[in-house]
Amino acid sequence: MELSTFFQQLTNALSLGSLYALIAIGYTMVYGILRLINFAHGDVFMLGAYFAFYAATSLAMPWWVAFIVAIGLTAIFGMGLERVAYRPLRDSPKISVMISAIGASFLIENVGIVVFGGRPKSFPSIPLFDTVLHLGPVSVLSVSLFIPVITAAILVALLWIVNGTKTGLAMRAVSTDLDAARLMAIDVNRTISLTFGIGSLLAGLGGIMWTMKYPQLNPLMGVMPGLKCFIAAVIGGIGNIPGAVLGGFLLGVLEIMIVAFLPELTGYRDAFAFVLLIVVLLVKPSGLLGKHQAVKV
Amino acid sequence: MKIKRNTLLTLAGLALLVGAIAAADATLGRFSVRILNLSAIYIVLALSLNLLNGFTGLFSLGHAGFMAVGAYVSALLTMSPAQKDMNFFLEPIMPFLRDIQLPFPLALLAAGACAGLVAVVIGVPALRLRDDYLAIATLGFAEIIRVLITNAQSLTNGAQGLKAITKYSTTWVVWSVAALSVVFMLALVRSSYGRTMKAVRDDEVAAEAMGVNVFKVKSTSFVISSFMAGVGGALLGHMITTIDPKMFTLTLTFNILLIVVLGGNGSITGSVIGAIVVTVLMEALRFLDMPMNFLFIKTNGLPGLRMVIFSILLMIVVLYRQRGLMGNKEFDWDGFIGIFRRKGASSAGGRS
Repeated sequence: MELSTFFQQLTNALSLGSLYALIAIGYTMVYGILRLINFAHGDVFMLGAYFAFYAATSLAMPWWVAFIVAIGLTAIFGMGLERVAYRPLRDSPKISVMISAIGASFLIENVGIVVFGGRPKSFPSIPLFDTVLHLGPVSVLSVSLFIPVITAAILVALLWIVNGTKTGLAMRAVSTDLDAARLMAIDVNRTISLTFGIGSLLAGLGGIMWTMKYPQLNPLMGVMPGLKCFIAAVIGGIGNIPGAVLGGFLLGVLEIMIVAFLPELTGYRDAFAFVLLIVVLLVKPSGLLGKHQAVKV
Repeated sequence: MKIKRNTLLTLAGLALLVGAIAAADATLGRFSVRILNLSAIYIVLALSLNLLNGFTGLFSLGHAGFMAVGAYVSALLTMSPAQKDMNFFLEPIMPFLRDIQLPFPLALLAAGACAGLVAVVIGVPALRLRDDYLAIATLGFAEIIRVLITNAQSLTNGAQGLKAITKYSTTWVVWSVAALSVVFMLALVRSSYGRTMKAVRDDEVAAEAMGVNVFKVKSTSFVISSFMAGVGGALLGHMITTIDPKMFTLTLTFNILLIVVLGGNGSITGSVIGAIVVTVLMEALRFLDMPMNFLFIKTNGLPGLRMVIFSILLMIVVLYRQRGLMGNKEFDWDGFIGIFRRKGASSAGGRS
């Protein structure tokens, strides 16, 4: 193994890892506040990519306008999803909410197939993102350098929002105890809606970045990344934003590095995430950075 | 007198059912018979998932994995060496597996047993987890099983799957297995085992305090459920006659979960009705994918519209009738007759 190959793989791993991290943050925020696995998150991710695609092609917007519009639409969609599919079930047993999430995911995917068509679409090329840069012996797609920077910026911004603003305080309060937060005159619905908005916004951004990296869109493109990013969030300790980023990176690095160094395991690539998940759950069920929660009787 | 009346009614109902199945099998076309049989297989699968979800309170999303194990075991055990050679053209099958050939009933049991064995291996670590974590871990194991099957070329023929599996799943076979499953579940749920399962579902800590070995109850339920899932998967394989790893994705698990939820979580009657309704509805809605021509509106075929309507139905049920068709109630004659008597109809409703 040459050093240049190693660095080449490392850049690939970092960019994939930061993409996973971006999407995992959305899972972790929603879970943190509602204790709900938002199975539809991967489909929101898919919608983000399609919104950007249609804005850029059918509406012929410049790419950056298209991206902003798409991200905004995705955030609104996420809030609407919470309103329609999750809010009516807030006091229901956990299994009902989870099934509603699964149903919503099904519905979005199938509407996607009907509206967008089952055939994959390819995103028009944007020079800023798909030029190949040569950094010494390593050659990378420019988008691969943008993604880690975006993820880092978002991590800093979110940590500031959650820990440094009044809205963040409300989010943490709702996450700790929803009813007590309501008694403290926190607008619980607004806080949850906002959390969904931010989570979906990040999913939309993740979807767009994903299509910059792998420029193929299809209505089921969110399923696998969705599952893997959820796993990333669990590995890092679900409910914990830096944990989600850590988990995303870990997963990205592991996937790329194992395939690079042990090519005979390539066929098992999709299983790595699940194996890692199970190992982490068994060794430290609360995740790497998660806090242990005692069961209250 | 009353007990006798109900027994008579049950016997009459059973005779009517057997007659109806025989008549359907003899008169309906092949396509309709297929739907009929698929319903029976889904009854088995829904019951097995309901045992976990509805009666033991374990949220598992790993059913497709156990079905895959069952389908592959049974298919491989019933194929003749010549059939296996035809299937494994890329890489020959393992020699010892090539020469084994078992009669179908034995293979079906072996399919269940293997799925149960896998459940033991998975259950020991996974059942220490709770709620969402258990769901995710079982989902993970199911995906791992699928990836292993895809890559074990000399054992499972990998992504090519197995073709030309003998069609053993006739109407009588699948409906007998379905009937057996219903009887078994009724007996299980009413037994002391069933009661401890419900105790664990309702309050784990309280059950433990009353001396219930929670882990043992959970693993028993998990293994039984997986056994049934394995048998169901095997029946499915022998009905469709081709299997490949792509069949056993999360979507399949969701379909079964949907049946359980629609029918009513924790109701055997509900699972049976749910399985039939969902299977028939899935086929009945197939016209939506075809080109349509109403009086004024014409549409071209929209592939996928059927699934859209279906998902909307699911969402409506989840949002507005969370308990499903039956809630956690069971069918009984007193309740059934009560419907026709105006007075006290609601209070005489069936209890679980």
